[in-house]
Amino acid sequence: MNAINMRDEPLVYELSRAGRVGCSLPKADVPSFELPADLARADLDLPELDELTVVRHFTRLSQKNYSIDTEFYPLGSCTMKYNPKINEAAAANPGWKYLHPLAEEAQAQGALKLMFKLQRSLCEIGGFEAASLQPAAGAHGELSGVLMIRAALVDKGERDRRKMLIPDSAHGTNPASCTMAGFSTQTIPSGPDGNIDMAALRAALDDSVAGIMITNPNTLGLFERNIVEICDLVHRAGGYVYGDGANMNALTGVFKPGSSGIDVMHFNLHKTFSTPHGGGGPGAGMVAAGAALAPYLPGPIASEDAGKYRLAMPAKSIGRVKSFYGNFGVLVRAYTYLLMTGADGLRRVAENAVLNANYLKAKLSDVYPVPHARRCMHEFVARGNIAEGVHTLDIAKRLIDYGFHPPTVYFPLIVQEALMIEPTETESKETLDLFIEAMRSIAAEAGSQPELLHEAPHRAPVARLDEVMAARCPILCYRG
Amino acid sequence: MPFIPTTDAERNEMLGAIGAASLEELFGDIPQRLRVKKLDLPEGLSELEAGEALDSLADLNQTAKKMDWFLGAGAYYSYIPAVVPALASRGEFLTAYTPYQPEVSQGTLQAIFEYQSMAAKLLGMSVVNASHYDGATALAEAVLMAWKAREGRNKVLLPADLHPEYADVIATYCTSFEIEFARYEGDPARAPIDERTAAIIIAYPGFSGEVWPIGPAAAIAHERGALCVVHTDPVMCAILASPGSQGADIVTAEGQSLGNPLNFGGPYLGMMGTTDALVRKMPGRIVGETKDKEGRRGFVLTLSTREQHIRREKAVSNICSNQGLSMLQTCIHLATLGAAGLREVAKQSYDKAHYAASRIADLSGYRVKSARFFREFLVQTPKPAVDIVRALGAKGIMPGLALSRYFSDRPNELLVCVTEMNTKDQIDRLVAALKEASR
Repeated sequence: MNAINMRDEPLVYELSRAGRVGCSLPKADVPSFELPADLARADLDLPELDELTVVRHFTRLSQKNYSIDTEFYPLGSCTMKYNPKINEAAAANPGWKYLHPLAEEAQAQGALKLMFKLQRSLCEIGGFEAASLQPAAGAHGELSGVLMIRAALVDKGERDRRKMLIPDSAHGTNPASCTMAGFSTQTIPSGPDGNIDMAALRAALDDSVAGIMITNPNTLGLFERNIVEICDLVHRAGGYVYGDGANMNALTGVFKPGSSGIDVMHFNLHKTFSTPHGGGGPGAGMVAAGAALAPYLPGPIASEDAGKYRLAMPAKSIGRVKSFYGNFGVLVRAYTYLLMTGADGLRRVAENAVLNANYLKAKLSDVYPVPHARRCMHEFVARGNIAEGVHTLDIAKRLIDYGFHPPTVYFPLIVQEALMIEPTETESKETLDLFIEAMRSIAAEAGSQPELLHEAPHRAPVARLDEVMAARCPILCYRG
Repeated sequence: MPFIPTTDAERNEMLGAIGAASLEELFGDIPQRLRVKKLDLPEGLSELEAGEALDSLADLNQTAKKMDWFLGAGAYYSYIPAVVPALASRGEFLTAYTPYQPEVSQGTLQAIFEYQSMAAKLLGMSVVNASHYDGATALAEAVLMAWKAREGRNKVLLPADLHPEYADVIATYCTSFEIEFARYEGDPARAPIDERTAAIIIAYPGFSGEVWPIGPAAAIAHERGALCVVHTDPVMCAILASPGSQGADIVTAEGQSLGNPLNFGGPYLGMMGTTDALVRKMPGRIVGETKDKEGRRGFVLTLSTREQHIRREKAVSNICSNQGLSMLQTCIHLATLGAAGLREVAKQSYDKAHYAASRIADLSGYRVKSARFFREFLVQTPKPAVDIVRALGAKGIMPGLALSRYFSDRPNELLVCVTEMNTKDQIDRLVAALKEASR
């Protein structure tokens, strides 16, 4: 059973008492200088709290969260695997924390070496030539990748290729990234087997095509069996292939996306390489490319010259996508994880992630129908409308009462009432069995006591919240 | 490996339940010829070995903590109270996902709401979003937001005195759009705002540290139908008038110096705020207050119809993962410092920077070029600034940024930053060393 904090917690402003202080600073040791009279600020409305109040407040808030450290989090496409504590210990070293991004290269050899080694390792894992660690998240990597495709097309005098193909199972970031790069998008439907409909793809491949964005395995958790042919067709039509690496956890040490013809791909270090999600970030969406697009990578990137490490801009770089070199602290964590997993470990990661997903599917598909009856990879998609009047949202919210975070719901859009379940390799069989038991109990309740589901969650700090009111009359900051 | 709990016996049992003979069989959809035999990577290390390897790498770096440090230029060595990392690193915050399931994410959601509230007061805006990747990407997204909000107008005015990396990021983000950029020098009130101008961007302060008032330029922009976008230093806003109070329509900032360590450039915090009128055009996640069916207060992600997971290609931006934990650090930092603490940090930085500038201005051969500044100022040097950086480095002093790192035609300029971390003794040592280096 969950141990979530059910008590109401006031806002920091409501805890504030005039005159309290939460920090101490050294006494001024230089003379005071006048502020410019026309710009001096008279007042600042921030709360006034003592240190213990701050500690209790944020500790109590933390206890209102589900997290990987406290609950199983089978969130599809998010790869909520355990985040090793050694990652945090390694990243807290003062040698990283107090290193300024504009320190001289000679002062930053440790950081540059780490970046170089990480670039090389990820290229080996993905089957690519070169990589840039600059993108701060998956969507940022996507934007970088499609801008690289655009730059390469412009160089070839094919500026008019403006159409990007996107399977209907894709994440929303794919089409949104295309818009930001000035591309239009055309949706390619999936066939009955859950893979890209090849006839529809062929029909879409005209001389306005810039490329295709593919997630493999796709968001149904299914490997694109025609991946080589897809890449080949797109290349022959004059386009490039973007790989969305969100689901790379199924493939590490088993399959290199670059070997199938993918030209450029981002990796989500906060998924596959175990760095924490932090309640929404920071992530790291490093982007890697094969020979055709490597010169266009964003930069600078790390390079090596006779044992000395330096920063360099790729020859035809699209430029910077962020200040400095990426979410470096995240890179330290990912590199620590890579050192510990090593070649064999990475393969075992993929094997066990796929094993766990197939095990859950085998134990649940009789009560939660799975529309694509194939072996899944690291995740699978089932349906939650299992009884009259019961919806996926009801299943999701009822799971909270059993002490599990809900799966991803209503995505991908091509499966109605979708429940997208990704267990990851770090969960034990006991946890999976408890989850199976909970899901089967809920399925039984759906038939016998559906109101239990409709009213869920019953054991959370708040019941279902009025999201319509939140959007219609927005209260977006404290109005005390 | 300690991160995979499944035993061989369990694995066989699970394969039996699946109806597969081997793990290999689970990968049957992958063409055989493309299966990896073995990755060309080293074998995995123990935790002890990996920790040692990482520490040895970190030891190769020379850090701000070990020198007298006067280099800023977009990343600031600042005081972070011990409670900030202690609380933000709690597993319940650290290992939670984006709060899409509000009933089990009230901790993260309330913290975002508190951050939005405190940041909005600091910047003088009515709403602040839940973060961008950093200050540069926040500003680039603000440029796109302003351009789209003023349909039919194609001109965007950028200050010449803008961090060069920010200018690069704006160029990258806007590369696919027909936006006409023009750079203006000096006082933004004298920038050529006309009826084709979608927005004027003001750096408050500029890359050189120079501070220009926003109000007059904002008034002209509004009169001519353009938007006023301000990129600011949020610490400075504790003691100088906020951009919002001077008429800004969109404000962005780099929030790193509010509770996030240097970390070789990231993770940092992109801050963005705007007015009620423009909130539905703003990118990024936003948290709002609402109630559950029993009337209890709760918080949810809201105004999501702007976002990619709902609107796909019609979304205002592609941003999804942001800098949640960096935002949390800043939230705790602001709550801990409070108004008095943050104003003290800002005033000490201001005083120390002005003390340093007044001492350097007295040195023969040096000239302080910034007229009005907060904690960073530009110095004309008697010999190439890179030589000064090298000479002082040998004495354990990092005197600032040699501008030639970005501008080859500006060899004799040094950008000096003084924060609350610098003591009077350090400043005096800097001044003495600069004097010696000029000989």
